[in-house]
Amino acid sequence: MNDNLIYVTIALFIASAIRISLPLLLGALGETITERAGNLNLGVEGMMLMGASAGFLTAVRTQSVLLALLAAMLASGFGAALYGMLTITFRTNQIVTGLALTIFGTGFANTMGKASVLGKPLSSHATPANIKSFFAIKPLSFDISAIEGKPVIGPVIKFISTAFLQHNIYVYGVILLAVLLTVFLYKTRAGLNLRTVGENPYAADSAGINVIRIKYTYVIAGGMLCGLAGVYMSMVNIGSWVDNITAGRGWIVVALVIFVRWDPLKAILGSFFFGALEVLKFYLDIVPALKSSLFFNMYFLEMYPYIMTIIVLVITYASKKGTWVGPASLSLPYFREER
Amino acid sequence: MIKSVQGCSETENQIKLDLDDKFPAIEMHDISKSFGAVHANRNINFSVSKGEIHALLGENGSGKSTLMNILSGIYFPDSGVIMQDGIPVYFRSPKESIKHGIGMVHQHFMLVEELTAVENCILNRKSVLVDLKKEAEQLSKFAHRYNIAIDPLTKVRKMSVSEKQTVEILKVLYMGASILVLDEPTAVLTPQEIDRLFVILRKMRDNGCSIVFISHKMNEVMDLCDRVTVLRKGQTIGTRRISETTQHELIEMMVGKSIELSIDRPKIINKENCLKVRNLTVRDAFGFPRLNDITFSLDHGEILGVAGLAGSGQKELCEAIAGLQKNVIGTIDFQGTSIMGKTPREIIKMGISMSFIPEDRLGMGLVSTMDIADNIMLKDYAFHSGPFLDRKSARMKAKEIIERLDISTPGIHHVVRKLSGGNIQKVILGREINLNPKLLITAYAVRGLDINSSYTIYDLINEQKMKGVAVLFIGEDLDVLLELCDRIMVLNSGKVTGIVEARSSGKEEIGMLMSSGSSFELDNEVTA
Repeated sequence: MNDNLIYVTIALFIASAIRISLPLLLGALGETITERAGNLNLGVEGMMLMGASAGFLTAVRTQSVLLALLAAMLASGFGAALYGMLTITFRTNQIVTGLALTIFGTGFANTMGKASVLGKPLSSHATPANIKSFFAIKPLSFDISAIEGKPVIGPVIKFISTAFLQHNIYVYGVILLAVLLTVFLYKTRAGLNLRTVGENPYAADSAGINVIRIKYTYVIAGGMLCGLAGVYMSMVNIGSWVDNITAGRGWIVVALVIFVRWDPLKAILGSFFFGALEVLKFYLDIVPALKSSLFFNMYFLEMYPYIMTIIVLVITYASKKGTWVGPASLSLPYFREER
Repeated sequence: MIKSVQGCSETENQIKLDLDDKFPAIEMHDISKSFGAVHANRNINFSVSKGEIHALLGENGSGKSTLMNILSGIYFPDSGVIMQDGIPVYFRSPKESIKHGIGMVHQHFMLVEELTAVENCILNRKSVLVDLKKEAEQLSKFAHRYNIAIDPLTKVRKMSVSEKQTVEILKVLYMGASILVLDEPTAVLTPQEIDRLFVILRKMRDNGCSIVFISHKMNEVMDLCDRVTVLRKGQTIGTRRISETTQHELIEMMVGKSIELSIDRPKIINKENCLKVRNLTVRDAFGFPRLNDITFSLDHGEILGVAGLAGSGQKELCEAIAGLQKNVIGTIDFQGTSIMGKTPREIIKMGISMSFIPEDRLGMGLVSTMDIADNIMLKDYAFHSGPFLDRKSARMKAKEIIERLDISTPGIHHVVRKLSGGNIQKVILGREINLNPKLLITAYAVRGLDINSSYTIYDLINEQKMKGVAVLFIGEDLDVLLELCDRIMVLNSGKVTGIVEARSSGKEEIGMLMSSGSSFELDNEVTA
């Protein structure tokens, strides 16, 4: 195996890790703003599934990207709104309500998902061709054949191009969103208000911030992002409907948010890390020696994202005392007259 | 903000401390509010003028907090009118109340610990982007007007209790308040800090602000305020000018009857050593010494007071003696035998009884969702044999304690959480006394209690003293410590800075011992 091939393989590895990590990042951004408002929504898995199924059904029926994305946001936003109504207005237990949302979302999705493929020939079970081709457009890609052959700079350009520039608009959009959310959270008034509500809603209320409205806004917006994450998986990453299509990624998202300490910018790296773990198995051919070792065995590799989830949680909470471990009022109901 | 400043200063010329209601900033007429069957406020009338400090006095449950929560928009009154400058106003949320220039400084600070002081102060602004440096500068300038010195860019989490309170006051002012409500602001401060607070408050008054000052401490009210309104059982009893009233009259108004204000201090009968603590050091989980090499002794029939800022090691001291601390070096002898290494249960059986009232009152000692009888059984059951609980005797004991301590409750099966603070504390203390201890450790027994309940508790403690029980009394109020205790030990950052005779020392001396020479002030922050 020559050096060149290793470079290309690593670049390809990075590229596919980015692709696969996208739903994780979207979900993490959604859950971050939800938790920043003091609501722990464990229904991420459910909302992702709702978005995945409703979006996919719409995609198959209408062949429109825009409508599919809208449908996904509506479905998951509806789930989040339900959760919001229960936890914010009726002050139910957030943990239980979130779990219920996941159960509800799973049932909802599997019914809806089946409807999208039921009675159709197998060939139409996949994402419509025009949507596929839309997501095949790579806006940042450019022709590198002219400089590819040059020494030093050639391989570098090729590496960067292969790893980072061969993605569709959705990928760049989401990364941009993460950056924008960071600015929003730390540099704007609305972001300060959001953080305040999550830290101490009583302080926010007494300062004249509308706590209930903020909570609803970010719970629903967060849910919609989770839906966008789901529909990306069904429409693009997998490209057809499979029951339980998210396969526990909603739970990874919940852990990921803690891992990156509720920070949208760090979420980019965090989700990439989990994405890399997930695609690692396809790229081990480069190092045959590893492949035969126990810990790089196929079955172990499949487990890693889930094992890492546990490890990450332990590390995060076992770390030094005095560091910030999330919004102070996370998962606590807010009731003005109770203090 | 600009509006508020004017609001505060435009009146500056008019103020001549005319205490008759000539310039009422806020009038509350016939305010009523009930929660279920409880009438928290019944036709209350209250008004505060521009440029005055108006005290609101009343026992626990007299309706002060409800009234002020109505004023700050947290509750909406069932009936009644609030008038501002002669115009009726309605506050449906804190937001609307702030708009009208009313700010409340709560007992539990409404601050976001993770944010800096300046961020906390600009929470209600409208602009889209935040320029912290500029805002911080403006805030400093603004603070200067009230002789307040703070660092706007420090995170609230890193501040001491007194600094946090200053930020809270500054925040409310900066948000545009010209009418300030302070809910028991001195409860958590040292005498020196209280003086500093009063300087700020007087400065605010001189700038034309109106201040409503809620406190239990009579001498502070007499010292600081211009007028006082007394509430009792949800009703207005009357308004007096401070210059024309006496402490005695006010207490009578509050309690509804004349009560003896001095605390008894019976002489120690026969001096016999009960507890000897030598070179006690307690470290926390991180190896940091919370108590550092302390030595003292306590006789039977003696009350040893412990004074100190919150978090100076009081909790660790209690827990070390009760056998709840792990990392303990030194010796603790009880009636000549060492209790080091004994389990909490063994220590209780030896006759050492501890009651600790934490700030939320329910955090330690009681299970808030269980009833009185069950809570009494919690400590009692271990002294009976057999696998089944002896409910009958627990019920008997509960009845006995309720009767003896005059606890007002619908019955022994009333859930503890639903009792008022004073009654909860009586249940805790009653349970400990019920075990007939030889050594009674009680921390913050009167925390947040009104005068009447406090004196009941002092009497209970004195009763134990007369029976020859040694009492370790950890307190907050220096006046009480000086009146009740025989000796006072002062803790400062885990060290004993002095043990003084209570009969011959004063507040200043103890205040100095409490705060002097503290090398790491930040560790005093703890509880807020």
